Amino acid sequence: MNALRGLLRKEGYHILRDRRTLMVLILMPIVQVVLFGYSIRTDVTDVRLAIVDPAPDPVTLALRGRLAATNLFRTVAVLPRASELEPLFKRDAAQVAVVFEPRLGERLARGLPARVQVISDATEPNTGVARQSYVAAVIEAWDRERRAAEGGRGGGIQIVPDSRMRFNPTRESSNLFVPGLMAMVLTIIASMMTALSLTREKETGTMEGLLVSPLRPWQIVIGKVAPYLAIGFIGVIAVLAEARLIFHVPVRGSLALLLGEGLLYILVSLALGIVISARTSSQRVAMMAALVGTMLPTVLLSGFIFPIESMPWPLRWLANIVPAKWFVAIARGIMLEGTGIAYLWPETLVLMVMALVLLAVSARSFNVRLE
Amino acid sequence: MSATPAASPADAVVAEGLVKRFGSTTALDGMSFQVHAGELFGFIGADGAGKTTLFRILATLLVPDAGTARVLGYDVVSDLWALRQRIGYMPGRFALYPDLSVEENLRFFASVFGTTIAREYAQIAPIYSQLEPFKRRRAAALSGGMKQKLALSCALVHRPDILFLDEPTTGVDAVSRREFWDLLAHLRAGGLTIIVSTPYMDEASRCDRVALVQRGGILAIDTPAAIAASFGRPLFAVRGSDRYGTLRAIREYPNTGSVYPFGEVLHFTDARAATPPAGAARELESYLASRGLAAAVTPTEPTIEDTFIARLSAAQPEQAA
Amino acid sequence: MNESLAIRARELTRTFGAFTAVDHITFDVRAGEVFGFLGANGAGKTTAIRMLTGLLAPSGGEAVVAGHDIRTESEAVKRDIGYMSQRFSLYDDLTVRENIQLYGGIYDLPPAEIRARMRRMLDRLGLQRSESALVRSLPLGWKQKLAFSVALLHEPRIVFLDEPTGGVDPITRRQFWELIYEAAHAGTTVFVTTHYMDEAEYCDRISIMVAGRIGALGTPHELKAQFGAASLDDVFVRLARPERAAGAAGAPGEPLAPRGATP
Repeated sequence: MNALRGLLRKEGYHILRDRRTLMVLILMPIVQVVLFGYSIRTDVTDVRLAIVDPAPDPVTLALRGRLAATNLFRTVAVLPRASELEPLFKRDAAQVAVVFEPRLGERLARGLPARVQVISDATEPNTGVARQSYVAAVIEAWDRERRAAEGGRGGGIQIVPDSRMRFNPTRESSNLFVPGLMAMVLTIIASMMTALSLTREKETGTMEGLLVSPLRPWQIVIGKVAPYLAIGFIGVIAVLAEARLIFHVPVRGSLALLLGEGLLYILVSLALGIVISARTSSQRVAMMAALVGTMLPTVLLSGFIFPIESMPWPLRWLANIVPAKWFVAIARGIMLEGTGIAYLWPETLVLMVMALVLLAVSARSFNVRLE
Repeated sequence: MSATPAASPADAVVAEGLVKRFGSTTALDGMSFQVHAGELFGFIGADGAGKTTLFRILATLLVPDAGTARVLGYDVVSDLWALRQRIGYMPGRFALYPDLSVEENLRFFASVFGTTIAREYAQIAPIYSQLEPFKRRRAAALSGGMKQKLALSCALVHRPDILFLDEPTTGVDAVSRREFWDLLAHLRAGGLTIIVSTPYMDEASRCDRVALVQRGGILAIDTPAAIAASFGRPLFAVRGSDRYGTLRAIREYPNTGSVYPFGEVLHFTDARAATPPAGAARELESYLASRGLAAAVTPTEPTIEDTFIARLSAAQPEQAA
Repeated sequence: MNESLAIRARELTRTFGAFTAVDHITFDVRAGEVFGFLGANGAGKTTAIRMLTGLLAPSGGEAVVAGHDIRTESEAVKRDIGYMSQRFSLYDDLTVRENIQLYGGIYDLPPAEIRARMRRMLDRLGLQRSESALVRSLPLGWKQKLAFSVALLHEPRIVFLDEPTGGVDPITRRQFWELIYEAAHAGTTVFVTTHYMDEAEYCDRISIMVAGRIGALGTPHELKAQFGAASLDDVFVRLARPERAAGAAGAPGEPLAPRGATP
């Protein structure tokens, strides 16, 4: 027993004295719980609501007031015509629309069925349905109260739900995952593999041999990193081909633009990989740093699986510095909505700036010498 | 320690007051020396003496905290790109790519310097010819001696003007070590300046000049013969059957200056400076006989190791046996 | 089993597939001897030591170490031997005391006994004030001497040392060997491998392995006479590269290729 106790105690010392591993072991679960807890919110909050009210009357105004009064919805536009909804949805300015039938109040008073159409952007099927139900619930509640107040006479409001899967007509969740999947694959290839490759040289001692040669740092960096650029690119094509052939996921927009943005994202990830490896000389640490610094944010905060709008504002704000978030938005736009550079230039600009900044930092952090 | 003579323009390496610290540890403590062109120069010392740090500074991989160094006339800090074209460097652990073959390793290092194996074949032939039968074998599968030779070929393939070899023979068996030094002698004969570090004292005698290093400083710097001869006092070999018993007895002998095992015998110096050698030897023999130990005490020529031990003990009395 | 033999190996063999690493070696080590086990890299030394310390099962032949058969009683072998190698000895991130306590515990020594032996050990080495120091902070020479003493903590009959003095200065190496002599004088058998040929001279008897077999066995004196060599270094060269020793023309040739081995 002595021996076993001695061994246990020794392991305890090892763990306590290895600061870095300790930090990861303790902080990682805490961080993960927070991130996962907050990001897996399938609740609906702060939904952007557009109203189509061709002929406002006391009933529609009352309904509009009721919808606005809940903290679930935020009325972003009130439009006279349903045809004006399309651009709002396309720009993602509105997620749900309520369309009132003309002369709603009159029909109600005369006991005729009065229809209210609820249109939701079902690019994300789960939340789309949830939003619809919420809107319906609010309207139905108001309706019940009205009838109770009026003694049960008159007609009722009929809710006509209309989930416009316009941006995802086949309701396939795989369509949604493909852009996120691309981001993840690229992150693994570009960031993690680059970081591992550079630190492996340091571990085997061969980095010394490279440094002492006439090779300039930028040559060494490009020499190590270019293969992963090529592999990443092939990875993008592979994912797209697979998605197309097996899951019939379309690319509605320009393929060339998609590949171009893919290249840009790879560049950002590569630079991140270099920055990570510049500070560490052990592969183990580089691996963990890459996991926490690139993979985790890509999976959790890019909108890949969990919608960003449902997260609390600190996380939403954090998501903005995750390159994958921008790429996923771009990829979804191109693939599922067919948007072009005209709409996507802000996101592209963000990625370009990220690429430039990270490349500059990585160039600076790559040492000409051993220290 | 003698003052460093003035450097001449033909010196391949000139170092002045090199200091390097890592946190609270001082690796180099004001080292100064010169290496002449065409020399086979050895740095002899234990682990932690500062050899690797010194080599990294000379190979432009580290910047000293104080002091200067010039290699082939170039400053190691400001002229690093010019130097990197001209020096060959073999770091400890050989810095080979384990998953590349012999040939692929060599080809890589050749290409990095803008040349090819074919072009430099004559230069590296004596070494590479031994590796060629195995040129497709992965470097990880080579024995220590073979890795050594490959690393040397890679360091030579771009025809450097000076070669830095950091502990190239550590952990390699005695035969491979000998062969390696034969190769070095051969290269030196061709005019190449070679600077080697090693913990093996017997290799010191194969150098033109040697610097004994300990704790970041130089204890002695001269030809091996001169260092050995600088021992400064009579040295005796004590040969007896019960080596350990004899050792303990001599420890208790009042006139012992130093005693330590040395191969088959014990090396002994008498603490009394004035006693003639013959007398000191006889006295020791009779002392040992009185303890029941039969031993023969004869004068012997000091080697470089004896001098190193003497200098070390003087520098660090708390460590002396 | 003859009590005066610490190790008895008969036709000990180990193969790895088609490759024979250890080829029917036979030798004895007497109790209290300092036995040097030498050989070039790849000659089979490490494999042989692994078998003798109970870490690897032999493919053929037999050996009795510290009175136990290595085939059937390998756990008993491990209890009665000590082991120290250059690659691994003590835990860098534990203190001196923690290391001693750990090994004492592993070998089932009572705590009072561990404390007593620790006192003696630290006094002998002059490390009394370093009890709470992390091993990592000790100079290499002290680490090695400490590691050797810890290998002896449980007072084994035999201690196996695998290249114990790599990289230290000449004085420390000699101090280390004095520790070895002390241990041998007290009756512990010391089985040591080294690349330093001068250390080979300190041994009572040595064996030199070449290509999986024992090429030479005897006292240093005997071997030098047998091979007509001035030093053990020369003996070694003559054994490992007979064509070179015979003055063959040209550059040093390839070593004797063991059956199927890599050079």
